[in-house]
Amino acid sequence: MRDLAATAAPPLPALADKLKFYAIWVVVALVLLLLPKLFATGGSLTTFSLIGISIIFALSYNILLGQTGMLSFGHAVYYGLGGFLAIHAINIIGANKWPIPLPLVPLIGGVTGLFFAALIGWVSTQRSGTAFAMISLGLAELVASSALILRTFFGGEAGVSANRTKLLKVFGFNFGPQIQIYYLVAAWTLIAVIAMYALTRTPLGRMCNAVRDNPERVQFVGYDPHVVRYLAFCFAGFFAGIAGSLAAINFEIANSAYLGAVQSGTVLFAAYIGGIGFFIGPIVGAIFVTVLSLGLSDLTTVWQLYFGLFFIAVVMFAPGGITGLLMMHRPLIKAGMLTRMLPSYLIALLPTLALITGLMLAIETTVHYTVNPGEDPHVKAFGIPFNAASSITWLVAAALIVGGFALARISWRRTAHVWDETLTAARAKVHAT
Amino acid sequence: MNRLVMIAALALPMLGTAAMAQETVKIGYIDPLSGGGASVGEVGLKTFQFLAEEQNAKGGILGKKVEIVPLDNKTNPQESLIQAQKAIDAGVRYVTQGNGSSVAGALSDFITKYNERNPGKEVLYFNYAAVDPVLTNEKCSFWHFRWDANSDIKMEALTNYMKTVPAIKKVYLINQDYSFGQSVRTQARAMLGAKRPDIQIVGDELHPLLKISDFAPYIAKIKASGADTVVTGNWGQDFALLLKAAADSGLKVNWYTYYAGGTGGPTAIKQAGLNDQVYGIVEGIPNLKGGDGQAFEKAFRAKYDGQTNVYPRAVNEMRMFAAAAEKAKSLEPVKVAQALEGMDFEVLNGGKATMRKDDHQFFQPMYIAQFGELKAGEFDEEKTGWGWKTVATIDTAQTMLPTTCKMERP
Amino acid sequence: MLELIVISTLNGVLYGMLLFLMASGLTVIFSMLGVLNFAHASFYMLGAFFGFQISRWVGFWPALLIAPILAGAIGAAVERYGLRPVHKNGHVAELLFTFGLAFAIEEIVQIIWGKSPVDFRVPPLLDFPAFTIFSTNYPAFKMFMLAVSIAIFVGLLLVLKKTRIGLIVQAALTHPNMVGHLGHNVGRIFMLVFGVGTALAAVAGVIAGPALVTQSNMAGLLGPILFVVVVVGGLGSLPGAFVASLLIGLVQTFAVSMNGSLAGAFGPLGPDWASSWVADIWSVTIAQVAPIMPYLLLVLILIFRPMGLLGTRDT
Repeated sequence: MRDLAATAAPPLPALADKLKFYAIWVVVALVLLLLPKLFATGGSLTTFSLIGISIIFALSYNILLGQTGMLSFGHAVYYGLGGFLAIHAINIIGANKWPIPLPLVPLIGGVTGLFFAALIGWVSTQRSGTAFAMISLGLAELVASSALILRTFFGGEAGVSANRTKLLKVFGFNFGPQIQIYYLVAAWTLIAVIAMYALTRTPLGRMCNAVRDNPERVQFVGYDPHVVRYLAFCFAGFFAGIAGSLAAINFEIANSAYLGAVQSGTVLFAAYIGGIGFFIGPIVGAIFVTVLSLGLSDLTTVWQLYFGLFFIAVVMFAPGGITGLLMMHRPLIKAGMLTRMLPSYLIALLPTLALITGLMLAIETTVHYTVNPGEDPHVKAFGIPFNAASSITWLVAAALIVGGFALARISWRRTAHVWDETLTAARAKVHAT
Repeated sequence: MNRLVMIAALALPMLGTAAMAQETVKIGYIDPLSGGGASVGEVGLKTFQFLAEEQNAKGGILGKKVEIVPLDNKTNPQESLIQAQKAIDAGVRYVTQGNGSSVAGALSDFITKYNERNPGKEVLYFNYAAVDPVLTNEKCSFWHFRWDANSDIKMEALTNYMKTVPAIKKVYLINQDYSFGQSVRTQARAMLGAKRPDIQIVGDELHPLLKISDFAPYIAKIKASGADTVVTGNWGQDFALLLKAAADSGLKVNWYTYYAGGTGGPTAIKQAGLNDQVYGIVEGIPNLKGGDGQAFEKAFRAKYDGQTNVYPRAVNEMRMFAAAAEKAKSLEPVKVAQALEGMDFEVLNGGKATMRKDDHQFFQPMYIAQFGELKAGEFDEEKTGWGWKTVATIDTAQTMLPTTCKMERP
Repeated sequence: MLELIVISTLNGVLYGMLLFLMASGLTVIFSMLGVLNFAHASFYMLGAFFGFQISRWVGFWPALLIAPILAGAIGAAVERYGLRPVHKNGHVAELLFTFGLAFAIEEIVQIIWGKSPVDFRVPPLLDFPAFTIFSTNYPAFKMFMLAVSIAIFVGLLLVLKKTRIGLIVQAALTHPNMVGHLGHNVGRIFMLVFGVGTALAAVAGVIAGPALVTQSNMAGLLGPILFVVVVVGGLGSLPGAFVASLLIGLVQTFAVSMNGSLAGAFGPLGPDWASSWVADIWSVTIAQVAPIMPYLLLVLILIFRPMGLLGTRDT
């Protein structure tokens, strides 16, 4: 295997590329270090911690979906079990005064995730595709329901709580204040992201891609796709366990919601919206979805509707996710022709925004009428006040939707046309040089 | 770089809210406002908003206006903690929550730890509906106050009434399979066994929480057991569907319930045609004549299109909070908490009540109410034409249960 | 004991038939388009709410006809303008599209009809006990439900076996590509099948709405079980879905009626360790685990017989 890997591996990158590569990580580390200096409130620190956790979780999910082509509806099982073990570990370590500091606890969660993935994975990864998706769904339901029955371990629906400050202090940190938790999460996020990136560069990572693209051919080459899927599944379980235990440390509580369908759904949303085709995709998605789910519920009561519609829009119009959209422009940037696209984008954006505004206006007005019928019609959604009772609002909404839709259709068709031309030109230019 | 911009975009609004000065008394209302639990959460929010308006019409608390800050916790403990943190950043020093004992446990734990780690910035937690007994027993906290009677107290009151009904001979217990349902079931067994040893428990069922769409198999079991009375802590759809299935199969028993009065409950009873067969243990009903309950109910219904005030305890909570702040002459949470401890209070429907110092549990007169046809002029529920009538009153003293709480005071 | 067995069988069959009403549409869609329609239960919910609203205006019986047509039309539109453009991005994208759709439909229903259950009544014509057995009444409406399910099962089988469209659909079950190669307008067939499938779910909704509960979370309650039925029965197999629906209905109902637990089975002979760390497993009753049994069945079937009970095609 090693011989083969050595010959199959890509050529070693040039020194400049290498430096650039390490520089990125150093910059990321610096940014993580300085973030709390910019935003110091407890809420923003909690938000950052949650983003870090969900980045690890989404990346671990992408080992399955993006890299090995396995659609899982039950990834939260490993996240949750990692979280529970971490909480129990904190309680046991604290009670027995063992010399294990808190920063090592995520490792326990990770090993738990790995253990259960290794246990369950062998059977469930025998097939990919729909069968795998269905098994993962069934197992997720089983584990989530059992969590409510097995009270001694899972603590019923109230869950198990712990006090993270009762552990051994390292360098005088007791991990009470959120800022210390933030740094703990940030450090683990950096480690996990680097580790998962490295994983994609190993022969195993390459084989995963091959299994995703063409399992039969992998078999011809002499690998067992089942084994490759199994190994990928184990790694995914390991990192999910780390994410789960970090969440447990952050909240100091673990409960059955960790294992549930909502958690599994959220990570799927995050990975897909970000873009499963690129390593950075789930990171973008995790940030986006976490911020959206935290912030959107303050702005409107029907945030889930927007969330669902947004997801549908991504699936329909940007199957590569946010990163996919951005990466599409790489050839243009290389050729220095991005500016050619900008005018068409601006033209197309205007009616699109009008359409979206119209839809939102219509939704918010309807919501006002159905949810709070008797109340003051001067409502405020997304911080913008408007009068839901006035017929002008309705007319404006209707005009925006109809007009916006018609114009957006035309302008996006044009944009697609321009895009094709520009891309061809850009390719020709790059080839010529 | 992209990432930094995004994070900046998200965090800026937070800074904005944090910078706002504390001109009002902010009460963070942390309950589900989206998702499955939202129907209940919205009713609570309306109640608190109504109460805030009522208080503000009287000049607020210590001259400051009361403002309810709604925070959506999606019935999820983790989410509740995030929302609590957000509320605290926005200058909230008092939070109130009621739906879900799992949320309440997590929240009480969080606030206790927060106050321990951030002295001088304490936050109080007012619980208006989470009834898990541990919150005022093993896991009691100085920062947590509960206005609803916990499930043990309710069972104590309920069994005090049931022991006086000789017709009860065979009892069937059916409850949701989670901590609240379990505590109903164990307490019912223990208390009925002690007070009426001749009553036979012919069945003891636990079913999954909010997952059953057809209760017919359970009803078949109840029927087969020959029970004459069913005791259940079921709420929401689990209650409505249970009654529906019972009515469909023609089961004739009396129902002793905790949450028959909750949203959707009265409609279900009316649909099932169970006139005067459903009993509930409550701290107040619209048709009680005492206190200013009737006036309050009228005003509430006028504002919310005939909706009943299902939370008399929330009224007690808000009014008592105002009284405690006046008494302490301060809105500092520690002082308010000290004023609340052991405070006596005249509740909405009349009668003496007290906030016990030992465990921060509120003790108030309880009522056994019966649901069915009304006399003219009485308040009905959910426009069904039927409503709640008092069958028995259980005095405050009769609801007192011992506590195992060892309160740690700051 | 006999009483409980008879009544549990009846209840199980009733529940199973309701499951089949929904699963029939899902399985046909699944086998044709290869898409697990996550939003299928949402169309069941739409059917119930449409039925509720229309029955308020014109009565239950017209609603039973109009609501499924409406829901079916929405379904067809979803296929035409939603799923088909997504199709080129692969099955995962299609699946995720329906996933998002389920999410959105639930929210829209909540916005329009609120989050509490609506008052959807059984029509007066059928609001009487059909018969009484062991002093338990069986409502006529439930019998009606049973009759509709069987009628749909027979009707679908006939259409599939005897008509031209049925033949094409059948061919698509086993050789989806070949049908396209033969020059049939696959797009239109897909749209039709999707529309009919969702309309069937809506029929189930209109019937189950008054019998159970009409609430915005009803899709979430039954959705996952539907997949279990379809997969356990075997993909593309209508009789398989029928058998699996009955099986799951009966398993769940009978499990509920049993009180046994390991602790009960061993009685005082139980080992000492049973009361300590495994106490949860030891004392849990069969009735308590009834709702998770379908998932256990699903996992076992996928491991040991991946094509399902009566299926012919591997998942």
